[in-house]
Amino acid sequence: MSRGSPRGGRGRGRGGDRPMVPPAEFRSYYGRPIVRPPVWHHDIAAYLFTGGLAAGSALLAAGGDATGRPALRRAGRVTALGALVASTYFLINDLGRPARFHHMLRVAKPTSPMSMGTWILSAFGAAAGVSAVAEAAPLLPGPLRRLLPPLGTAGQYGAAVLAPALATYTAVLLADTATPSWHAAYPELPLIFGGSALASGAGVGLIAAPPSEAGPARRMAVLGAAFELYGAHRVETTKGILSEPYTRGRAGRWLRAGRALTVLGVAGAVLGRRSRVVSALSGASLLAASLATRFGVFDGGVASAADPKYTVIPQRERLARRAEDGQPVRDPRAT
Amino acid sequence: MTGNSLYGPLDPAPDAGWTDAPPRMGFFTDTSVCIGCKACEVACKEWNLVPDDGFDLLGTSYDNTGGLSANSWRHVAFIEQRGAPHGDVLGAAAGPQFLGMPGRDLPGRDPDAPRTDFRWLMMSNVCKHCTHAGCLDVCPTGSLFRTEFGTVVVQEDICNGCGYCIPACPYGVIDQRGDDGRAWKCTLCYDRIGDGLSPACATACPTQSIQYGELSQLRERAADRVAHLHGQGVGEARLYGHDPSDGVGGDGAFFLLLDEPEVYGLPPDPIVPTRDLPAMWRRAGLAGLAMAAAVVVSFLGGRP
Ligand code: SF4
Ligand code: SF4
Repeated sequence: MSRGSPRGGRGRGRGGDRPMVPPAEFRSYYGRPIVRPPVWHHDIAAYLFTGGLAAGSALLAAGGDATGRPALRRAGRVTALGALVASTYFLINDLGRPARFHHMLRVAKPTSPMSMGTWILSAFGAAAGVSAVAEAAPLLPGPLRRLLPPLGTAGQYGAAVLAPALATYTAVLLADTATPSWHAAYPELPLIFGGSALASGAGVGLIAAPPSEAGPARRMAVLGAAFELYGAHRVETTKGILSEPYTRGRAGRWLRAGRALTVLGVAGAVLGRRSRVVSALSGASLLAASLATRFGVFDGGVASAADPKYTVIPQRERLARRAEDGQPVRDPRAT
Repeated sequence: MTGNSLYGPLDPAPDAGWTDAPPRMGFFTDTSVCIGCKACEVACKEWNLVPDDGFDLLGTSYDNTGGLSANSWRHVAFIEQRGAPHGDVLGAAAGPQFLGMPGRDLPGRDPDAPRTDFRWLMMSNVCKHCTHAGCLDVCPTGSLFRTEFGTVVVQEDICNGCGYCIPACPYGVIDQRGDDGRAWKCTLCYDRIGDGLSPACATACPTQSIQYGELSQLRERAADRVAHLHGQGVGEARLYGHDPSDGVGGDGAFFLLLDEPEVYGLPPDPIVPTRDLPAMWRRAGLAGLAMAAAVVVSFLGGRP
């Protein structure tokens, strides 16, 4: 309500390149949240990871097959299907009415990233499923043994084409909310998620492939980690007060752990290229890093919605900026 | 669909495909006459069969509801303030904070009665039935829809409880009901207004703080009311959510407030998240291309 509300009516921006003077105080209704924190459980954070892993693995499989590296192809295809099954479980389990999951398929709605994502995931799932099943062709009787491999190849490239969409739509899903720190991060979130997906796919390659085939996975690890680290750095430093939730508390711990594991994984992938054991450990480290980053981004957003200062202070600043620019306070296209 | 489908002034029912839509209906909630009786909260629960919230003493004010939720579609906020910002009309002058025993006279009957600078603000909050509704934009099942009256309603037989609408509302209105899993909020009494009745809350309000009607008329009435209050010296009276050029294209349920919106738990400058959706997809597309390029470089670059 009035100044000095129960939940510490003080808001101070910490860090950040953008020069700004946060008001020392803000007002709220007894410190209660204004926007509602997401009701999603960590199922959704876990899905961010498994969805990215499915995408990264599908890309690994396609690259491996195209360049004659069967170990990468096999590991990529199988992991993509496994991650996809896990994703489906997490998504359905998080619904308030799991038995109605198919209601998602009633409509295709461009303004809903979740609707778009459902269709991307369904198409990806069909393609990745066929390509993984095709790996079992040698075990099957005659006609199937001949029929499946070409279908599997088609599915594999289909899944690879859809993979970038699968890996990045989840960033739009989070950003298209009023959750302050998610929305503010919309320019960088897709890069973080895309990079994290590549790094986790590379991790699978490092674990599964012999050193002779793992070269591309190492390079994929380096590039993916670079995207992820750059994006996360931007989100943690350039959003003014809205960077804060990513640097504090549980979200801060997840993201710091993610960064450390990424660096470790990349270092191991590059320096340990002669050792199968070091490569596999680096791969595991990259997978853990991707998981930690997703949980960190998820928790950061939830924390930003739970404290009204992250809603009030940036909106007040926006109004002040608009007034300064001499625009009417309610200019539709301002900011 | 017009150019403003995602953002900007718009008449939402025709944009949603209704032909021959009736005039847009809405609420004007004038908090300057709200007495905090909570008749609206009760009437809403009764008519809409909204379940109990649980008994919770919040210990902050006479408000023990706390806020809008799946089980509270109207919520009366109570704000206790010292240092009322103006003179005679709603509270005045110096003096200790003791509120005194209740007097026998009607308030305001005796102009010389002693007054303190203490004031109560009361406000009945509700879903804003936004022109650009974040909840409706993101719903992946089509459960949330735009009615012919321009309001926003959840179809409970469709909702699968995905929860996306909940963080997408810039006002924190719509909510998931725990034991049921689905999303619930004010329907602007869709069943009543379709039959030409007023919504339950507006019908129950004894002071006409909640006014229901055609939005265009309500906006005129609200402008007159603010001018009238300003004329009486209540300079802090202001409208909230009335402006079709604001961040949500104007609210179907708007308010007259006596302090900053955040004091009532309202966002000072709400913007529908979907305004930035095209930019978001562009960013995702760029990141997707970067991913594809990284894979190509990884497999073709370096030693063969
Ligand atoms: S106030 Fe929230 S719940 Fe109501 S229509 Fe607007 S976005 Fe939807
Ligand atoms: S919870 Fe229900 S109403 Fe809300 S977005 Fe999901 S399906 Fe739509």
